[in-house]
Amino acid sequence: MNTFLLTVDWPLVLEKVIFIAFIITVSLVVAMYATWGERKIAAFIQDRLGPNRAGPLGLFQPLADGLKLFMKEEIIPNAANKWLFILGPSMAMFTAMLTGAVIPWGNQIELFGRTISLQIADVNIGILFVFGVVSLGVYGIMIGAWASNNKFSLMGGLRAASQIISYELAMGIALIALLMTTGTLSLGEMVKQQQDGWWNFFVQPLGFLIFLICAFAECNRTPFDLAEAENELIGGYHSEYSSMKLGFYLFAEYINMFISSAIMATLYFGGYDIIPFYDESAWGFSMNTMAALGALALFAKIVFFIFFFMWVRWTIPRFRYDQLMNLGWKSLIPLSLFNMLATAIVILLKKG
Amino acid sequence: MQLTNRAKPVDRRPMNLLERIYLPAILKGMGITFSHIFKKKVTIQYPEQTRPFSPVFRGLHILNRDEDGRENCTACGLCAVACPAEAITMDAAERLPGEENLYREEKYAAKYEINMLRCIFCGFCEDACPKDAIYLTETFAPANYSRQSFIYGKDNLVIPHPKDNPEEFAKAKGLIDERKAKAKQETA
Repeated sequence: MNTFLLTVDWPLVLEKVIFIAFIITVSLVVAMYATWGERKIAAFIQDRLGPNRAGPLGLFQPLADGLKLFMKEEIIPNAANKWLFILGPSMAMFTAMLTGAVIPWGNQIELFGRTISLQIADVNIGILFVFGVVSLGVYGIMIGAWASNNKFSLMGGLRAASQIISYELAMGIALIALLMTTGTLSLGEMVKQQQDGWWNFFVQPLGFLIFLICAFAECNRTPFDLAEAENELIGGYHSEYSSMKLGFYLFAEYINMFISSAIMATLYFGGYDIIPFYDESAWGFSMNTMAALGALALFAKIVFFIFFFMWVRWTIPRFRYDQLMNLGWKSLIPLSLFNMLATAIVILLKKG
Repeated sequence: MQLTNRAKPVDRRPMNLLERIYLPAILKGMGITFSHIFKKKVTIQYPEQTRPFSPVFRGLHILNRDEDGRENCTACGLCAVACPAEAITMDAAERLPGEENLYREEKYAAKYEINMLRCIFCGFCEDACPKDAIYLTETFAPANYSRQSFIYGKDNLVIPHPKDNPEEFAKAKGLIDERKAKAKQETA
């Protein structure tokens, strides 16, 4: 037992625990302020001002909203399955936080004589892990919807499940094309390949477009927010939820948005790379400064994508269900198959 | 039958490829929404800013005093008669010796009530008044939980006394003068 404990690299564990805590805090804060950003952007697009009473520019609005959600009465319907009813939002939140583990948030830094990688786990199948966790995310919605024992909730859950399954296919095939060009499943490796040369976006524009559309669908954001279409299904899968359980669902949506923005930035826009086609080491900054700048660059890309999510939400109306299915099965999947084929042909031609 | 030449036939042609892809249309829409981010906002920041009232706006009533602070109203009841909503009730009383500094004439309104829920703010009372006593202002009744609170008595209606509160009195007088000027303009 004692010898086992000695073999554990305790500083590494400590470093990882601190980093995990940091990443979780950052995703929570970003999600919090994404709600503020969402309301501000919605307002600006509609020629309004948005929340501006709580603090300067309304910056304390998310705190007020959070406090409101905490103070509200926690209602569990009589006919609901209590255990699953609580499991639903917990699961949504849990899976939303889990994906952040494989994203490289920055290059290595040196602290106290140790080289610390700014990635919680550089799994060599990182992208598969992301897919696995994302498809787990639909369980949160499905379980919550089913446990509510309400037909509208159930319909919302079913819509979410079928939609996510349909779009995951196209997303996966679009990614296969990317995997063929990069030749790796590890997110860390992919970012390193993009450091000084082409961002994958320039190699795979069609793949990125498909991935982007599917990411919207996976996050249940407009125009694919059929799962919570309030004018058709009351609140959709979270009709019966109140207080912080509802808050968890809403929060999970924003964390998902943050994470999928991070994944898009990582896969297609060079992750923590600052300028494409350029070797930043020429600036001659120290390793830590470069890592910090890189992390900032990634963050800027993430913020842009979050803005893009919101911009689209306040522009495009919701799809009808048959349109959604047509787009997924009849357009995106053939398109992604074509993209995969074209990529394969190009790769073979280059080799031969 | 064609009434105007504004009618446009509905275009029912099947969509061409570019339209079926949707993306150009979506990009165009996103351009429109993006341009709105920089447009002038239409919001009026209510408690600090208020929307300017129309010059003919008719709001809550006030009961006038003269320069010495004596009430103008003589409880003649013409306003109550003129009122189409029957929102005004009053009790008349005779001025006693020693009350000359309170009421301008020998008769006065001991009770004067306007039900602001019944009132339709037509301003007929203002027109009917022969004693320069009742005027409408540019305020409206604030929300309240009880019906009783919408029955405004003399304590809500009579303008402040010039000795107690000269500023507010001057303000109310100014408002009344403005209304008189407007009324003159309308009749002219």
